Amino acid sequence: MLPIDLPMLLADKHATFWFPPAASTFAKDVDWLYMVILYISIFFFVLVVAAMVLFAIKYRRRPGYVGDSRPLHNNALEITWTVIPSLIVCWIFVEGVNGYMDMMTPPVDTIDINVTARQWDWSFQYPNGAISDQLHIPNNRAILLNMRSEDVLHAFYVPAFRAKSDVVPGRVTTMWFQPILEGEFDLFCAEYCGDLHSDMIKRHGVVVHDQAGYDAWLADAAKPPVNAVAHGFWLYQRMGCKSCHSTVEGTRIVGPSFAKSYDQTLRTAKGADVKFDQQYIRQSILEPQAEVREGYQNASQMPSFQGKLNEDQLSALTAFLVAMKDDAFIQAVADGDLSQADKESLGLTDAAGADAAGADAASDTGKSAEEPLEKPADEVPTEPASESSESPPAPKT
Amino acid sequence: MSAVATSPTHSQPDSDNFLIYSKGFLSWALTLDHKRIGLMYLVAVMASFFVAGILALVLRTELLTPTEWFLTPQQYNQVFTLHGAIMVFLFVIPSVPAALGNFLVPVMLGAKDVAFPRLNLSSFYLWVGGAIFFLTALLYTGLDTGWTFYTPYSTTTRGPVVAATMGVFILGFSSIFTGLNFIVTINTMRPPGMTWFKMPLFLWATYATSIIQVLATPVLGITMLLLAAENILHIGIFDPKYNGDPVTYQHFFWFYSHPAVYIMILPGMGVISELMSVHSHKSIFGYRFIAYSSIAIALFSFLVWGHHMFTSGMANVASLIFSALTFCVSIPSAIKVFNWLATMYKGTVQLNTPMCYALTFIFLFTIGGLTGLWLGALSTDRPLHDTYFVVSHFHYVMVGGSLVGFLGGIFHWWPKMTGRMFNDLWGRVSCLFVLIGFNLTFLPQFVLGSRGMPRRYAHYVPEFQELHQLSTFGSYVLGAGLFIALGVLIHSLMRGKQAPPNPWGGATLEWQCSSPPPFYNFSHPPTVNEPYNYLPLQYHGEELGWEYVHPSHTAAPSIHPAPTKS
Ligand SMILES: [Cu+2]
Ligand SMILES: [Cu+2]
Repeated sequence: MLPIDLPMLLADKHATFWFPPAASTFAKDVDWLYMVILYISIFFFVLVVAAMVLFAIKYRRRPGYVGDSRPLHNNALEITWTVIPSLIVCWIFVEGVNGYMDMMTPPVDTIDINVTARQWDWSFQYPNGAISDQLHIPNNRAILLNMRSEDVLHAFYVPAFRAKSDVVPGRVTTMWFQPILEGEFDLFCAEYCGDLHSDMIKRHGVVVHDQAGYDAWLADAAKPPVNAVAHGFWLYQRMGCKSCHSTVEGTRIVGPSFAKSYDQTLRTAKGADVKFDQQYIRQSILEPQAEVREGYQNASQMPSFQGKLNEDQLSALTAFLVAMKDDAFIQAVADGDLSQADKESLGLTDAAGADAAGADAASDTGKSAEEPLEKPADEVPTEPASESSESPPAPKT
Repeated sequence: MSAVATSPTHSQPDSDNFLIYSKGFLSWALTLDHKRIGLMYLVAVMASFFVAGILALVLRTELLTPTEWFLTPQQYNQVFTLHGAIMVFLFVIPSVPAALGNFLVPVMLGAKDVAFPRLNLSSFYLWVGGAIFFLTALLYTGLDTGWTFYTPYSTTTRGPVVAATMGVFILGFSSIFTGLNFIVTINTMRPPGMTWFKMPLFLWATYATSIIQVLATPVLGITMLLLAAENILHIGIFDPKYNGDPVTYQHFFWFYSHPAVYIMILPGMGVISELMSVHSHKSIFGYRFIAYSSIAIALFSFLVWGHHMFTSGMANVASLIFSALTFCVSIPSAIKVFNWLATMYKGTVQLNTPMCYALTFIFLFTIGGLTGLWLGALSTDRPLHDTYFVVSHFHYVMVGGSLVGFLGGIFHWWPKMTGRMFNDLWGRVSCLFVLIGFNLTFLPQFVLGSRGMPRRYAHYVPEFQELHQLSTFGSYVLGAGLFIALGVLIHSLMRGKQAPPNPWGGATLEWQCSSPPPFYNFSHPPTVNEPYNYLPLQYHGEELGWEYVHPSHTAAPSIHPAPTKS
C-alpha cells in the first residue's frame, strides 16, 4: 500500500493530483493562482537548496583548502534579493485580493438557501419551504447561503467549489458560489465542533442538478408526507435528530436510541422515575435538559427545539416515536429510510387526494410555504393514522 | 606577531565546574545559577516534548484508517488537544528561550548571571507549577477543545476548561518573567566593550523574543481570565447565548498567538545565525540586517493576527489589510535565508551534526515560509484554511523551524553545557532521519489539504487514505530520528570524550570559558571582540579544539577588511 498508486490517488475523473473536481466558477481562478504560487515557490526552493548544496560541497573543509573567513558585502546582490521577492509578493497579494473580492460579492440574481449547522449535522431550507439534509442546487445558477449555527462554530466547506465560510452562532454569515458541474460533491465541516466533528462529513452532501431536475426535486421535497408517522420520520431525518439518536435498539450515538422507548419507565439523572409518554417526549424536545436520562448527563447537551418546530411537527415527531415501539416499524427504518414499499406494508401511505393537495399547495405559490401553520393539532395521533385523507393540506414550514 | 594565548582550560580549577561545584538535590532545586536553571528547563521541556511526540505518533497511527480503529472520536479529540497544548505551551514556547537562552544569554554576553536570578528560579517553578496544573486538568476529565480553546465550544463543553486556562495563565507568568529578565540583563549587564553591535545574533533574537513575551503574553492572560469568567459567571463576552461574540475571542486569542509564533521561531533563527557562521568558519553575512530584522519582525508580528480569521466573516477591508501586512513580514524572513546561504560562500564548511541540523532548518523553513504565500493570499486561503495544508505549513515552521533549530542548538552547545563530545556520525544519521521523516510526514499533507481534507478529523473519506498512510510512515521515520538523537545525547553523557573549551571554533564569548563553564562564568571580565571574526582562531587538533589568540594591539589584523565582491 505504500508506493503511491497514482490512479488510486486520482479517484475522481474530474480531480487532478492537486485538486478535487473544479465544480464552481471560483475553482479556475483559485487553482490558477495556486499553481502560479507553486511554480514561484519551486523556483525559489530549488535556488535555495541548490546554493546550499553547492556551497556545502565547494567550500567544505578539506586538506589543502583555505577559506576566507572575512565578512562579505554586496549591495547589488542584497538589493536584488530584497526587491524581487517584494515585487512578487505584491503581485500575489493583488491576485489574492481579486479572487477574494469575487468570493465576497454575490451577484444580484441568486437562489437564497438557509443553512442551519448543528452538532453534528446540516439542514437546508429552500425558498419554497422545503427542508433537506443535503444541499440540492441547480447548475450554473448563483447560490447564496444564509448560514446560522444552533450551537458552536462550524464551517461550511465544499472542496469542489473552493468555497468555505465559518458558521458563527449568534450571527448570520453568508457565502455564495455558482456550480458549473453537475454531480454529487462532499460537504465537510471545517471548524472543530466537538465529539463527532468528523462525522459532519457529508458524503455527496451537495447535489448539483440540471435546472429541470432541480425543479422536480424541489417540488417533491416541499411536500412532507401527510401521514403523521411518516411525517415524523421525515422530520427526524431532516431536523438533525438522526445525528444523535439511533433507531436501532440499544445503539447510542450521543443521546439514547429511540427504539423501544415508548411506554418504558426510565430513571432520570436526578434519580426519579419517569414514564416515556407523550408528555415526556414533548418536554424532551422543548426543554431537553429538564429530565435527562440516567447515564446521559455527561453527554453533549441537546439544543432546545422551542420555536423551531410547530405543533403539527411536534405531533408528527411524537407519532413517530410512538411507532418506534413496534418491531415491524423498527425493521422498516433500520436501513435509514422509509421506502414506499415499507409505507405500503405498514399502512403509512398518504391517500391520493391528500398527496395531490399537498403537491399543489407546495408548488403553486412559493410563498405559501412561509406562512406559519396556524391550525394546531388538536389531538396527538397515537396510532399510525389512517384518516389522513381528511387532514388539511400538507403542513408546511 | 606577539600574541597572548587565553587558554582558559587550565586557568580555572575543574572543581569550579558549575555542574559539580556543589552537590545534592537542594543545590540544584534552589540554585540561582542561570546555567543550572537552563539545564533544568532543558530536561523539563524535553520531557514535555517526549510526551507530546508520543501523542503525535498515536494520532498518526489512528489515522492509518479512515474509520475508527483504536481511538473513539472523543479520545482522538482529547489526544490532539493534549498534543497541541503540550507542544505549544510546554515545549515550543519555552524550548529555545528558556532552556538554551537561560544557559547562554549571560555567558554570551560576558556577564556573571542574569539580572534577577531569583526571578529566574521562580519562573522555572511557575513553569513547573503551571505544567502540573495544566496537565492535571487536561488528563483528569479529558479536555477536548483543541489548544485554541475556541468559544463557544470551550464555554459549553463539560471539559475542565477553567482549570486548563488557569494553567496557561500561570505558564504565561513564567514566560513573562523570563522575557523581562533577559531584557534587563541585555540592557544593563553588558560588560565594558560589549556594544549592541558586538552582540551575537542569538542575543538579538532573544532580545526580540523577550519583547514579544513581555508585551503579548499579558493579552493571553487576559483572554484566559475572560474565558474563565465566561465559563463561571457567563459575563457575556464570548458566548452568543449571553450576547457575546465568538469572533471576539478569536481576535483576543490570535493577538497573542500570532506573536507567539515568533516567540517560537525567532530564537530558532538566532540559533541558526550562530551555527551557520561558526560551522562555515565565516563572518555572518548581513549582521546588521539580521539584527534589525529580528526586532522588526517582533514588532510587525503584532499586526497580522487577523490572517488566522480570513473565513470568520471579518470585514473585507480588515482582511485586505491583514493580508498585506502578512506579506510584509514575510520579506525579512526570506532575506534572512539568503543571508545564511551567503554566509557559506567562500567559507570553510564543516558538515558536522549542528551544521547538518542548521541546513535542515533552512531546507524546512524555506518550505514553511513559501507555503505561507498560499495562506497569506486571500483567495487561495479560503479553500485551504483549516485543512491539512495549514497543519503542514505550521509544522514546517514550528517543527522544521523551532524544533530543528533547538536540536541544532543543543548539539552545538552540548559540549559547552556538559563538557562532553557526542558521536558525530550518529548525530548526522539522526539528522538524516529527521530530514527524510519530516518531509515524508508533511509533504503529503499539503496535497491532502489542497484536495480538501479538513484538520482535526478523527474519520475521513476513504480517498485520502493513501496520503494519510504515507504521512504516518513518515512520522515513524521522524520519530526514529529523534530517538537516535536522544540516544546520541545519552551516550555522550555516559561515554562522551572530554570537550575542549572551543570545539567548533566559535568567536563568541561562551567559547572562551571552559567546558562546562565555572559557576562564576568568567574569572575576570572577558575581552570583548567581534563575535564573527575568525581570524584570531587557531586550531590545535580535536583534543584541544580551537584557541582564540588575542592579537597584540600593534599587530591587530584588520577586523573590517575591504569589501569583497561576491
Ligand atoms: Cu461542525
Ligand atoms: Cu499567524
